[in-house]
Amino acid sequence: MLKTTDNKDRLMMIAFTVAVLAAPVILAPFGAGYPDLMQRFAIYGIFAIGFNLLFGLTGYLSFGHAAFLGVGSYAAVWMLKLLSVNVIPAIIFAVVISGLFALLIGYVSLRRSGIYFSILTLAFAQMSYNLAYSVLTPITNGETGLQMDLDDPRILDAATAPGQLPPPSLFGLEMGDTHYLSFMGLDLQLNVGFYVCAAILILMFYISLRIFRSPFGMLLRAIKSNQTRLNYTGVHTRPYALVVFVISGMYAGLAGALLVCMDPLAGPERMQWTASGEVVLMTIMGGAGTLIGPVLGACIIKYFENIFSRVNDAVVSNWFSGLPDSLGDFFSAIVSPFLGSGWQMSLGLIFMLVIIFLPGGLMEGVTRLIGWLGRLFRSRNNDEDAETTSAKESSPDPHSSRPASPKES
Amino acid sequence: MAILEVKGVNKRFGGLLALDDVNLSVAENSIHAVIGPNGAGKSTLLNCFVGKLLPDSGSILFNNQSLLGLPPYRINQVGISRVFQTPEVFQDLTILENVMIPALAHRDGAFHLAPFKSLSREHDIREQAERILDSVSLLDERHNLASAMSRGNKRRLEMAMCLVQKPKLLLLDEPTAGMSRADTNNTIDLLKTISEDHEITFVVIEHDMTVVFSLADRISVMAQGHVIVEDHPDNIKGHPKVKEAYLGTAETA
Ligand SMILES: Nc1ncnc2c1ncn2[C@@H]1O[C@H](COP(=O)(O)OP(=O)(O)OP(=O)(O)O)[C@@H](O)[C@H]1O
Ligand SMILES: [Mg+2]
Repeated sequence: MLKTTDNKDRLMMIAFTVAVLAAPVILAPFGAGYPDLMQRFAIYGIFAIGFNLLFGLTGYLSFGHAAFLGVGSYAAVWMLKLLSVNVIPAIIFAVVISGLFALLIGYVSLRRSGIYFSILTLAFAQMSYNLAYSVLTPITNGETGLQMDLDDPRILDAATAPGQLPPPSLFGLEMGDTHYLSFMGLDLQLNVGFYVCAAILILMFYISLRIFRSPFGMLLRAIKSNQTRLNYTGVHTRPYALVVFVISGMYAGLAGALLVCMDPLAGPERMQWTASGEVVLMTIMGGAGTLIGPVLGACIIKYFENIFSRVNDAVVSNWFSGLPDSLGDFFSAIVSPFLGSGWQMSLGLIFMLVIIFLPGGLMEGVTRLIGWLGRLFRSRNNDEDAETTSAKESSPDPHSSRPASPKES
Repeated sequence: MAILEVKGVNKRFGGLLALDDVNLSVAENSIHAVIGPNGAGKSTLLNCFVGKLLPDSGSILFNNQSLLGLPPYRINQVGISRVFQTPEVFQDLTILENVMIPALAHRDGAFHLAPFKSLSREHDIREQAERILDSVSLLDERHNLASAMSRGNKRRLEMAMCLVQKPKLLLLDEPTAGMSRADTNNTIDLLKTISEDHEITFVVIEHDMTVVFSLADRISVMAQGHVIVEDHPDNIKGHPKVKEAYLGTAETA
């Protein structure tokens, strides 16, 4: 029984790894196979996985997670400025700093639960935003944002050609380097930065999987389910919630650092409440408490933001050019508010549909689909069996007795 | 020897004196029943034992150690478990997981923080949980979610969750309420076997007199915040004060 869970996990891990590494091939037909967007998919995937560890497992809805993303970004830029353009110290420093920051905020916020917890985290994040925007200008460079500079010390780096800003790199491999390749009629763009993000995404997914399957993960689900019972079971819940809050904050800091490694600029808007709301949306849309859901949600939202927003009226009327003029205009008039600058309308519509019909997020849809296909397949097989060897009763699968637990996928 | 010694406990809710100078002495390895009409203060008394409520005055000693002011999780760690009047289980977890959590919490003293340890490696805990589930006849359903259970089964599950921690004192708030006759009899048998097989003390709140008289070694009768009688079951049955409390014929002092 548990063995089969292990095997399923192994399979899921392999499938996830292959899918991420092959992203340039998979995404190219959707027009999303370019480095900038793929990096975003991976980075926001990491952000959402981390958020899901907190929200999906314990049910604590943080409305201020962008603060950790922002802190990670600033910390990473500082490392790039002071130490080296190598991304490794920047990433490590960002994760440590955002972890400490999460410890502080979590310690205070976790004294309350439910809506009060959400409000506290929101308040902290807005405070951080305002600090970054004005008060801490020497550290954050205020509204303009913090970026690398020609006279930065970069004490570990060899002197570069004067007047040239070195890009972030991994031991000489520049993040912006892209290798162009033609494969089965697709123009693939293999980018160093994306593969750095992809490798980290795979590692972070693995860590999340391990946490889900550990006794600690089970305890976190129990916190979501019934804190009262846990208290009378000898478990003081707050320290455990704090640990996962910090882990989750570190994921966010890591994502922030990666954003900076791909494009060395950190601005305060990264900490705004809309950014915090976005990760909530990603997680719920994909499926809170599932493993893959948050990554899926992140990809879909970033896809909408980047692809749908580019479709303008000219493109739309082009779609309907085959139709008679008045009909074409009619359809364009209906469709165009949902595209271009109106992309958020269609996102909102899809979000509503998901919440209403698939309260468990898109992953619930996937699970249902798989179950439905499985039943269809099995019943067809049974029909064939019945025709050929009517005597042989298909023995019930001993594992199928387990109901589809929402935490499975 | 008394494992639980309650002296002069008072608890006031606004204008209502829910516990009025309650004294109770529970002998080790016995089954002590607390009965009384609705609103007598029985649940309030249990809430004081487990740290959910802090009495206004009085003392509660467990193995000569004061429980006053300890948080619920500490009280559980010294060996007191509780089954609630409305079952408190982990609805979104499977029945097996519901029992594995208290088992892990008990084995590790609290709960080990091992984020990378695989749950599937915890063979001993799993076996222990399954054994307990077998004894409350829930083993076959162990992979179902707890939310899908009937109320009676939830209470049985909650009992299993408490028993897996091998408590010294188990507090049961109406363990058979809402159960069918057959389930009630099963529960009586279960409690009897447990009390014979283990070193365990029970405090049972119960309305069902069949249960009380077939289980209890000693009975305390509560009414309006007082313990009016504490005696052997045989002496309780015809006791005039008990009749008064239940029928409400005489005015209370
Ligand atoms: N938290 C509370 N705040 C205010 N009053 C309370 C509280 N808890 C209990 N009471 C009151 O205290 C009295 C005793 O309640 P308690 O629940 O202890 O009774 P009980 O003996 O368990 O009754 P039942 O058999 O109905 O469970 C009741 O009048 C109840 O309304
Ligand atoms: Mg009660």
